[in-house]
Amino acid sequence: MAIRERLSGNEAVAYAIKQINPDVMPAFPITPSTEIPQYVATYIANGEIDTEFIHVESEHSAMSATLGACAAGARALTATSSCGMALMWEELYVAASDRLPIVLALVNRALTGPININADHSDSMGARDSGWIQIYAESNQEVYDNFLQAFPIAEHKDVQLPIMICQDGFITSHGVENILLVEDDLVKEFVGERNPEHYLLNPNEKMSVGPYAVSNYYMETKKAQREAMNNAKRVILEMAERFEKMTGRKYGFFEEYCMDDAEYAVVIIGSAAGTCKAAIDEIRQTTGKKVGLLKIRVFRPFPEEEIALALKDMKAIAILDRSEMFSATSGPLGAEVRAALYGVKSQAEVVNYFYGLGGRDITVDDFKVVYDKLEKIAETGEITDMYDYIGLRSR
Amino acid sequence: MKNTVEIRWHGRGGQGAKTAALLLADVAFKTGKYVQGFPEYGPERMGAPITAYNRISEDPITVHSNIYEPRFVAVVDDSLLESIDVTAGLAKDGAIIINTAKPMEEIRPLLRGYEGQVTLIDARAISIEALGKNFPNSPMLAAVVAVSGVMEKDAFLSEMRASFLHKFAKKPEVIDGNMKALELAFDAV
Repeated sequence: MAIRERLSGNEAVAYAIKQINPDVMPAFPITPSTEIPQYVATYIANGEIDTEFIHVESEHSAMSATLGACAAGARALTATSSCGMALMWEELYVAASDRLPIVLALVNRALTGPININADHSDSMGARDSGWIQIYAESNQEVYDNFLQAFPIAEHKDVQLPIMICQDGFITSHGVENILLVEDDLVKEFVGERNPEHYLLNPNEKMSVGPYAVSNYYMETKKAQREAMNNAKRVILEMAERFEKMTGRKYGFFEEYCMDDAEYAVVIIGSAAGTCKAAIDEIRQTTGKKVGLLKIRVFRPFPEEEIALALKDMKAIAILDRSEMFSATSGPLGAEVRAALYGVKSQAEVVNYFYGLGGRDITVDDFKVVYDKLEKIAETGEITDMYDYIGLRSR
Repeated sequence: MKNTVEIRWHGRGGQGAKTAALLLADVAFKTGKYVQGFPEYGPERMGAPITAYNRISEDPITVHSNIYEPRFVAVVDDSLLESIDVTAGLAKDGAIIINTAKPMEEIRPLLRGYEGQVTLIDARAISIEALGKNFPNSPMLAAVVAVSGVMEKDAFLSEMRASFLHKFAKKPEVIDGNMKALELAFDAV
């Protein structure tokens, strides 16, 4: 029987860490993720888990220490947000190319400029090319469930890649919601032990991690990372299936909400998907209009073919981005979904919206406006701009 | 959404409005409801205006936005009434609960024409009577529960006692005072 609880997203992740009892957690505090290492430190101080907590002097050191611990053979993780992740930048790439199955609890927050501490995906979207698997959550339940699947995915012999488990800063990290927790013994069985094939503390196998790779080696390393990322697609689905057997909760690359007969779709990542669902329920109830949602769970590896197939027959699609990349046409999600649709020669009209930057709120009414606009775009075939904004003040 | 009670809290940093919202989520959860309790984060300073929210429902809640059309509003500090439109979007058949020592005729004119129920409670006086100190959030929490009717009095009080036993495990001497503050406030509104 699942345990019925109410927790914040940060509490949920800390609880998952407690249940997993990893070997090493180096961390440096930054809001809104600060509570995660705080709670874990409390579990350790209370003797509930025997994780080695390393107090480091910066996020650069936090990720460096996590790399070292993971390379040594330990199960290692850390937590951060925003500028904290930016300070880890160099090590993010090292973790991926050294094929270290580290887990990062990332609480998404805007990158500074101007200073802002609120929900926004610019931190993880900026790191989308670093070689990390990225899994996002709509709710506290999802971030907990994703976290339980993180080590089994990352440590799988065909993957061996670092993974970041993302949730929206404050909205889920500090919001208390109902949640169903999995029993400790089931978690232990599901997550298992890390049994690395190669590790630095193995006295029977001398090895080096992270050496200089001349031009003659670098490219093959990148090719190997790409293969691992491709393998991760299969493994992510395998773990989702195992997880469903344990809990009854179903996960995939993305969630399709009311998409069976949908003509107008929103594509989005994170907590705002739940708000969109409420708008869909209302619209369908009051007007019968065929509106649906595709909520991305896995952004890296990007499930391009699957997304394209799910969307290709829509009349119009709105892709919503919670971070900027200052391209000529779109945000990061918009660019990738558009490219996917090009591959299947979809006739759907596509518009990209920026929303929620720096924590700007998005409401049920905002989503109703988006669906209205999609209907108009489908009727007229007119898209005035490749991108637009939701909730932007006129001055 | 129709079966969801939405509550907005206004307070100042340090007064415990956020804690009150989280406690309300806590007790409502214990009576079997689906809940949300969340603060709106801005610059975190003592005394700065803050907002916190609750959704309480019989059904799962998916909405993750702030609350713009609450059924109930709780104001923990009456000095906010002049600077903040606390009744913005408040339902006419809802209510606003204000911590104040002032009489209704001084408060009404500050509510920008709100026509619904206005409940005043001197949470400061109740807290000082029960606890010897000004912690307005416990009495305000009881007043919100009483006015909104989201929970029965007995269930509320017994769940709160359980929460306090846990929360104040290291200083049990404050539990009775807090319970008294809750009861006084519940009966005052």
